Amino acid sequence: MPHVVTGNCEGCRFTDCVESCPVACFHADAQRVYIDPDVCTDCGACIPACPVNACVEDFDLKPEEQHWLGFNAAGARAHPLIRSRQSPLPGAEGRRSDLGF
Amino acid sequence: MVLKVAVVGSGPAGFYAAEALLGAGRAVEVDLLERLPVPFGLVRYGVAPDHPKLKAVASEFERIAGLPGFAWHGNVEVGRDVGIGELRGLYHAVVLASGCDDEQKLGIPGEGRNGVHGARAFVGWYNGHPDFAGDPYDLSFEEACIVGHGNVAIDICRILAKPLPDLAATDISRAALATLAGRRLRRIHLIGRRGPVQASFTPRELRELESLDGWQVHAPDLPDIAAPELAGLDPAAANRVRKNLETLARWQTPPAANARVISLRFLLAPTRVEGDPAVTALCLERQRLQGDPPRAVGSGVVERIPCQAVFRSIGYRGRPLAGLPWDTRRGVLPNREGRVIGDDGNPLAGLYASGWIKRGANGIIGTNRADSIATVASLLVDIADPPDPVDGRRGLLSLLHARGCRTLGFADWTRIEAQERQRGERLGASACKFLAVDEMLAALEA
Repeated sequence: MPHVVTGNCEGCRFTDCVESCPVACFHADAQRVYIDPDVCTDCGACIPACPVNACVEDFDLKPEEQHWLGFNAAGARAHPLIRSRQSPLPGAEGRRSDLGF
Repeated sequence: MVLKVAVVGSGPAGFYAAEALLGAGRAVEVDLLERLPVPFGLVRYGVAPDHPKLKAVASEFERIAGLPGFAWHGNVEVGRDVGIGELRGLYHAVVLASGCDDEQKLGIPGEGRNGVHGARAFVGWYNGHPDFAGDPYDLSFEEACIVGHGNVAIDICRILAKPLPDLAATDISRAALATLAGRRLRRIHLIGRRGPVQASFTPRELRELESLDGWQVHAPDLPDIAAPELAGLDPAAANRVRKNLETLARWQTPPAANARVISLRFLLAPTRVEGDPAVTALCLERQRLQGDPPRAVGSGVVERIPCQAVFRSIGYRGRPLAGLPWDTRRGVLPNREGRVIGDDGNPLAGLYASGWIKRGANGIIGTNRADSIATVASLLVDIADPPDPVDGRRGLLSLLHARGCRTLGFADWTRIEAQERQRGERLGASACKFLAVDEMLAALEA
């Protein structure tokens, strides 16, 4: 079972996670990133890398958060792989402080 | 002009430095140098054999090895076959990514007794590292202490506790597997000098202990956590600690009388190994935390744990490289943002560091990718346009061949690996590793 990117990424997309991923399992669209569950090695390097705690181990997903599993798998299939850091979205810093980080 | 860079060490830091250089959008040639005839450093020789998913990182390294401009040169030891000074003459830049070859010692009486083992050697042994694969171990003890609260300590615990069939299917050293067949272990103590908040294991690795067949995990003396201990943590650390505390809180059920037990012990500092010539007990002093950041301070209360083996797993350290400055206190190459700093405080032109030799032995595989990206960013700023042509790869290979060195290419490694897989297939294992450099080289003659 893989790690997933949850809702905190939307509106931020800091992509620090991408640099710390040893296997290139991140895909991205204009709003957020997705983890490809077939490539993720469950190392957890993305968890401390994310400034807004968006990356989560599946084990820690609450029942109402299980949808992030399918959401990440579908997003990874639909959107291109990224291997390097991108510019955060405009307003990312504001959203970070709104989220309490 | 083509930027020519030598990277020393083909573990994660070296491969990710190569990736960052080759992805810079400039004309770059990277030569990745490796002491052994096989690549991947701690992915091959550090990651535990029962973590095959993590070992899959190797396929990413294979992709990097296929990038235009890349070459791997195995069986080349920098400092023996070619000097760092020579590399600096042959290349525009040299990135040192050779990791940590040494480890922290306990520094207590009796540490040299039979049955006290260092993590570096033991992990190398079960992973089949040529430097350690032939070491003799007697694993017929019933009770063992592992000192250290990091992921390596947990790996050692798991390998000691795991049923043989689960290990037999992996690429574990077959010599180690034969020795592990003689285990009689009933009790493992995982001992840390400080508390659970300061422990460095990651939640997943800690939790994995409770899935070991035939073992019960117990944290008998979980200390109360003082609020200031948690207040000083950054969000990522707080998240990790919270999850670890949740796991430890589950492990309060006293074990059944005849159970095999992994016992997590906190706030205990080893003071002495008893027994001569072989270990009979580990003596410890109970600690309390003081100050900010919290330090362990002795309380005068002592404890004695009978055991026949002690595994030391309290951190790896780098070893100084001949002719280069060294930060003795931290055990790293002194550097600023990856630029190696000379004794006069100024960067040494064209010399960079990445991975453990840059920042010390911490973090996980992915940590080294971000680290190498940062080092390469410094390098690319410093050498925006290489001033003069250098000999690079052609110069290196002609120098090595003139010295009679047998250099290997990545295709040679692929052939070695294919044979290891074939040998493994016959045994129902993912691979059967060659355990000596001579065997690896002989495999290429086949």
